[in-house]
Amino acid sequence: MTGDPAAQPKFLSGNEAVAWGARLARPHVIAAYPITPQTTVIERLADWVAEGSLASEFLHVESEHSALSACMGASALGARTFTATSSQGLLYMAECLTYASGGRFPIVMMNANRALALPWNIYGDQQDSLALVSSGWIQLYIEDAQEALDLTLQAFAIAEHPEVLTPVMLNLDGFVLTHTYEPVAVPSQEAVDAFLAPFETPNKMSLTHPVNMGFTAGPAHYTEFKVQQHRAMKNALKVAADVGRDFARHFGRDHGGAVVPYLCEDAEVVLVTLGSVAGTVREVVDELRSRGQAVGMLKLRILRPFPERHLLQAIGRCKSVGVLEKDVSFGYQGAVFSDVAAALSGQGSKPMLRNFVAGLGGRDISRDDVRAMFAMLQSACDQTGESRLHFVGVEESTHA
Amino acid sequence: MAKPYVRAYVRPNSLAGYPTGPCFTAGHLAETNAAWRSERPVLTLERCNACLRCYLACPDGAVLLRGRSIDIDYDFCKGCGLCVRECGTHALEMVPENRKGEKK
Amino acid sequence: MPSSTAKSPVAKLPLSEDEPFLGHKACAGCGGSLAVRLVLKVLGERTFVVLPAGCMSAVGFIYPQLAFGCNAIISTFAGTASMMSGVAAAARALGLRDYHVVGFAGDGGTADIGLQALSGAIDRGDHFIYVCYDNEAYMNTGVQKSGLTPLGARTTTSPAGRVLAGARSHKKQIFEIVAAHGIDYAATATVAHPYDLIRKVEKARDTAGTSFLHILAPCPTGWGVETSETLDVARAAVDTGLWILAEFEAGRFRINKTPRRFKPVSDYLGQQKRFAHLGSADAFAIEKERDTRWKRLQRLCGTAASG
Repeated sequence: MTGDPAAQPKFLSGNEAVAWGARLARPHVIAAYPITPQTTVIERLADWVAEGSLASEFLHVESEHSALSACMGASALGARTFTATSSQGLLYMAECLTYASGGRFPIVMMNANRALALPWNIYGDQQDSLALVSSGWIQLYIEDAQEALDLTLQAFAIAEHPEVLTPVMLNLDGFVLTHTYEPVAVPSQEAVDAFLAPFETPNKMSLTHPVNMGFTAGPAHYTEFKVQQHRAMKNALKVAADVGRDFARHFGRDHGGAVVPYLCEDAEVVLVTLGSVAGTVREVVDELRSRGQAVGMLKLRILRPFPERHLLQAIGRCKSVGVLEKDVSFGYQGAVFSDVAAALSGQGSKPMLRNFVAGLGGRDISRDDVRAMFAMLQSACDQTGESRLHFVGVEESTHA
Repeated sequence: MAKPYVRAYVRPNSLAGYPTGPCFTAGHLAETNAAWRSERPVLTLERCNACLRCYLACPDGAVLLRGRSIDIDYDFCKGCGLCVRECGTHALEMVPENRKGEKK
Repeated sequence: MPSSTAKSPVAKLPLSEDEPFLGHKACAGCGGSLAVRLVLKVLGERTFVVLPAGCMSAVGFIYPQLAFGCNAIISTFAGTASMMSGVAAAARALGLRDYHVVGFAGDGGTADIGLQALSGAIDRGDHFIYVCYDNEAYMNTGVQKSGLTPLGARTTTSPAGRVLAGARSHKKQIFEIVAAHGIDYAATATVAHPYDLIRKVEKARDTAGTSFLHILAPCPTGWGVETSETLDVARAAVDTGLWILAEFEAGRFRINKTPRRFKPVSDYLGQQKRFAHLGSADAFAIEKERDTRWKRLQRLCGTAASG
């Protein structure tokens, strides 16, 4: 691995790391609308544009819907585009999400995971992105600031790959990751230029080859476009792995595959999770392991396309699997749990399954909380149906 | 010229035959609009003074420039009658289509 | 009288002979499609066209019948102006030369759901031409009331009922709203005044910043006139003073055509089935609003725009 000798060490927040990643990717157009806790991403980018060190066109749009509409207009001309949002903004642009994915515009968007109103809450949880998991966007979940920068760069390579041509949503936990500071190695522009080629596509409006885009397709044709989209998204698993390996060659860092198992090989009990809480879970795993307990963690990095095969390979044999997530599909269970449970249900062995919904509205998830989850997973009694879901830290009852 | 024209379109028999996403050749037409008409405009050339009011009135681009006058593109004329209405010299008149779509 | 010109007749028109919009499925006699056709013939084939949900996109882009011979894309309904901003920004970033960016949105897509994005785009001064083809209702979805539906007009969501007889509010003054942004160039036009329209498209084309054209584009289907009467009714709108041909340029308003005497509004209203039920109170209100609007615009013409 060659690494990047011209890389600079900086002390960055998760948001600043994303901004650096976006800057180094040289987007032609950035169009974004401010919303807590995304704001510092676009503020950094605006700083650099204003001082002349970032050559992007920066559009001050008047809503998130316009932000993504503008990005699509730019992408339709073959321009590389970047935007960022969070919670209410993500939902405001919801019709644009399916527009972008169906239109096959390889836009990269950072989403600061934040709770959804009502009640109003500006703190981090994952309800926003998980409410839109079927939007056709590739969804990546980031654990730390270095990964935030690195995956922003990789996101463009994945999105723009001709076998993918699908927009990518990078999810960072609001405040917990967006606003906390860590040492980050910032690659040099030269190294990034060597890794990330300029965006080329035949799918664009061109003065030499005019096209009609974003057209209507009736019942006779619409399904075919959707199947294409589905297959392209599935291609992203292999492309993401290839891009990750290529990135490691250039920069000496590898953040793992679509799923990152931690001590899962001989684990009887595994907690599946996504985002920055994986750090806390990993520490509890280490602590329990030091006491001889066969526990592990599986971190999901790519949620869509869903890495079913990777997941089964890592934890298919476990006796007890919990899913820790910061959302719930009201009236049923967490969205990630539904995906994981469905994947595991096809197995011969039927593991015990538990869904832990925690961290809603920015409520802290402590090590004690995680220890309690492992304890529940290790307990003998089997839970089926509704009582599989536990709202963590709710006083009157932990059962749904 | 950016004028759309009819191509021989055959529905793809596999996914591979579809474009990648909704993006396709500009001006690709699969059919004409002639079947819409129940009457058609007919030109009496001697009465035309090439004022082009009909040309500027046609919503369908079906009034063609021909020589020192005009002609009607019966592939795309919908028979709305605006050209006849706008003509100041009675050079155009509407004539019913017969069932076979030919001039009576 | 036989023609005696040796050259092609179109040589005297500031229009290309090309037909970038052809083969669409608009209704016979559609004013909107005539507006699109004329504007594109002025701009030429090096044009990027953006259109939202509405008549023109619905009739122009049904795979495999794609009626735009130049580059064209359908935008989100609320995001036409922002998608146009994105196209304009990308064209700048990519260093493109000698091109136009034009959008065609209906009255609903402009003055209702698209107003926010239009406001933002004018505020940014993005380099494009925004065309509102105004057929005074959401025609594509079956003639529902929009913010630009005139008082008294029957639509499917403002029917002519016993208690409520047609639309109960006047048109939003979208031309003045746009002008109040201090836009570089704005104008009103109709499909029945093609030389005036062409002149205004040229001015918009040559404007460095943002420009807006508000084109009256009658809809025979929704207005209840014959397909051959589209241009008659647009002329009547101007002759009765209900539609004002005007421009806003370099901060000043200018009325292009002031009839010495307005024809009676009944000339206009009586032609159209959508006003067939109209009572005298509404007819009077329509005249009064027309007169108020003329006075206001004439006053605005006398002064520079504020701000």
